[in-house]
Amino acid sequence: MNNTFLILKQEYLKRVKKKSFIILTILMPFLIAGVYGLVIYFSIKDDTEERTIAVYDESTLFLGQFDDKGTTKYYFIPQEKFNELKTNIKGSSYYGLLYIPRDIYTNNQAQLISEKQLPFELVEQIERKLSRFIENDKRQKVIDESGIPDLDDKLAQTRTSVKLSTLKISESGETKKSSSVIAFIASYAMGLIIYFFVFMYGAMVMRSVMEEKKNRIIEVIISSVKPSQLMAGKVIGTALVGLTQVAIWVILGGIAVFVVQGFFTPESAQQMGQSLMESQGAMNPAMSQTVEQNKITEAMALVANLNLPLILFSFVFYFLAGYLLYSSLLGAVGAAVDNDEDSQQMVFPVTFPLILSIMLLFPIAKNPEGQLAFWTSIIPFTSPVAMMARVPYGLPTWELLLSMFLLVLTTVGGIYAAAKIYRVGLLMYGKKVNLKELVKWLRYKN
Amino acid sequence: MELFEARNVNKVFASTQALTDVSISVKGQSIFGLLGPNGAGKTTLIRIINQITAPDTGEIFLAGKQMTRADISKIGYLPEERGLYKKMKIGEQAIYLAQLKGMSRSDAVRNLKIWFEKFDIMTWWNKKVEELSKGMQQKVQFITTVVHKPDLLIFDEPFSGFDPINANLLKEEILKLRNDGATIIFSTHNMGSVEELCDNIALINKSVKIEDGPTDVIREKYKSNIFDVSYTGSFDAVSRALASEYKIIEHAESEKGNTLKVQYQNGNSNNDLLEALMPVAEIRAFEELIPSMNDVFIKAVEEANKR
Repeated sequence: MNNTFLILKQEYLKRVKKKSFIILTILMPFLIAGVYGLVIYFSIKDDTEERTIAVYDESTLFLGQFDDKGTTKYYFIPQEKFNELKTNIKGSSYYGLLYIPRDIYTNNQAQLISEKQLPFELVEQIERKLSRFIENDKRQKVIDESGIPDLDDKLAQTRTSVKLSTLKISESGETKKSSSVIAFIASYAMGLIIYFFVFMYGAMVMRSVMEEKKNRIIEVIISSVKPSQLMAGKVIGTALVGLTQVAIWVILGGIAVFVVQGFFTPESAQQMGQSLMESQGAMNPAMSQTVEQNKITEAMALVANLNLPLILFSFVFYFLAGYLLYSSLLGAVGAAVDNDEDSQQMVFPVTFPLILSIMLLFPIAKNPEGQLAFWTSIIPFTSPVAMMARVPYGLPTWELLLSMFLLVLTTVGGIYAAAKIYRVGLLMYGKKVNLKELVKWLRYKN
Repeated sequence: MELFEARNVNKVFASTQALTDVSISVKGQSIFGLLGPNGAGKTTLIRIINQITAPDTGEIFLAGKQMTRADISKIGYLPEERGLYKKMKIGEQAIYLAQLKGMSRSDAVRNLKIWFEKFDIMTWWNKKVEELSKGMQQKVQFITTVVHKPDLLIFDEPFSGFDPINANLLKEEILKLRNDGATIIFSTHNMGSVEELCDNIALINKSVKIEDGPTDVIREKYKSNIFDVSYTGSFDAVSRALASEYKIIEHAESEKGNTLKVQYQNGNSNNDLLEALMPVAEIRAFEELIPSMNDVFIKAVEEANKR
């Protein structure tokens, strides 16, 4: 036991003291926030590229109807010019060529020709312009024909948009406001994090075992401690590194939430709202500061309405159990092989269920009550990722308990088998190892 | 008094017999040579002593008591294939390995400093292993093997990777360790060092022990009654006198005197040979040739393989 602790301490300190660990642990949250920030920034940011589109309007409906407010300019051309440009758009100053056929009114078809990959936004913009014009025109005709006064306004008033706010009744009968969007995000994120943690730290154990075998220090070590002690120390030490990382992230996250909440005090929100309005000119008056602030507090309340203690508990449980299962199997692989190529060949079959579960994560998170979600979260090899994707939505207790029970059972069996392979493999050099060979090792005594 | 004993040890791997009924006993405070060709089973026996593998049948004893897992802290083992953690600092690594053998941190530091100073490598304490040459690493490895003052030391090819000067230093340290009370099992293919160091040996061939006993006795046993004689006198007279019962292997004549390598076969003694020579030559030197360990090794293994 004492030896296990020594090894555990050694493995833990070795990793935690590493510069790369410290940097990664501190930078990771900022990195993720940064990446999301960039994605949001680019999706919000206006498209500022100046483009000129040549329009050949066979229907003659649209002449002068395209405004030039945005960065995209439209220039109407006659048929001869169109025929000429069609074959030589590259040599011209036009970004694209819009062809509006005569029958657009009935057929709803037009063409945009370019030698470049056209941005999705631009295509949408033109589609919107054409549709809106035709729609307005048709409606005007209907209004004119009907002869009913103020029909236009009346029709506008019929436009309705219903907002569905979802309430969830917990087993105790308590009603809480829930958001399926937030549950989905939490579900997807949880699955991903578990996957990365299990994979990253499992691989770490494997590399550490391989290093000892390659260095040939292994014989000295196992003449001092039992292989099982060595393995236990390694696996637990590395798990603690992972938990340390999570703890640091939780603390950093807590600080971040605290800072954000402080930032959005009513006064500061008001100020923000004002400065926003000033910078963007008079905006829709309906969007007042209070709405802005309500949205933020509402989002926070929704996050708080997730069953955070259960999520955190399940996270730690599935991380530990999944990690123990996969790291001991990967540790056995590390002991069985003595070069990198062989290890890659063996790693794939071992980690396949894990990879499968991450590929299925999206459909699971989308439909957490479905057959796929149910079975992948019950079957032990995929359950760490799949179950974490279901927990934020809430699920029947028996399913969670069954999944946990099966996972623990499999993990214990996995560790037992891995320990046997590990023992035999450690001092086996120069032997090409395959699955058949490993099964043989399982039957060795001592 | 035997410090270590193995009784009737058998071990089979998958389809190969690694050890067949091997028994050895090692006296306390002596150096025991474990010899044998490659693949004979030496490493398997050593691993059994270290409790890395368990024997199929047979028992092993340390200081008269059946060995248990707890006893491995009383053993220091320097394997043939050895290495260290490349990225770890020498000092930290040595402390860690000593702690795994059950030493407290403070004891480990104290003893290590003594050894590091003795080997004049104190300046390496904070260096990483990857910065050291192979010979330097071997020194560190030797220290980590002996630092916890084990009762039983097992060295598998300890001299590989050492230059002659450092090999000599190591030899002296091994002798000193024995004189200070340690018992040493020593496995090597370097027969010169066996002659110099080993009090007793065992020879294993193809999983079977074919020879064991005190080094001198075994060399004596394998002698083939060959003598080096240097004399003055005529070679013709000598060869005539010896012709009937002795076999002259080689001879040389020079102005300073003649030499002769001669062997007797049946029932003769050293004195018979002397008596046969004395009437015909003036004997200046007469020495029986004791075979080197190298010769003993080759002869014993060849004989065993013929059987």
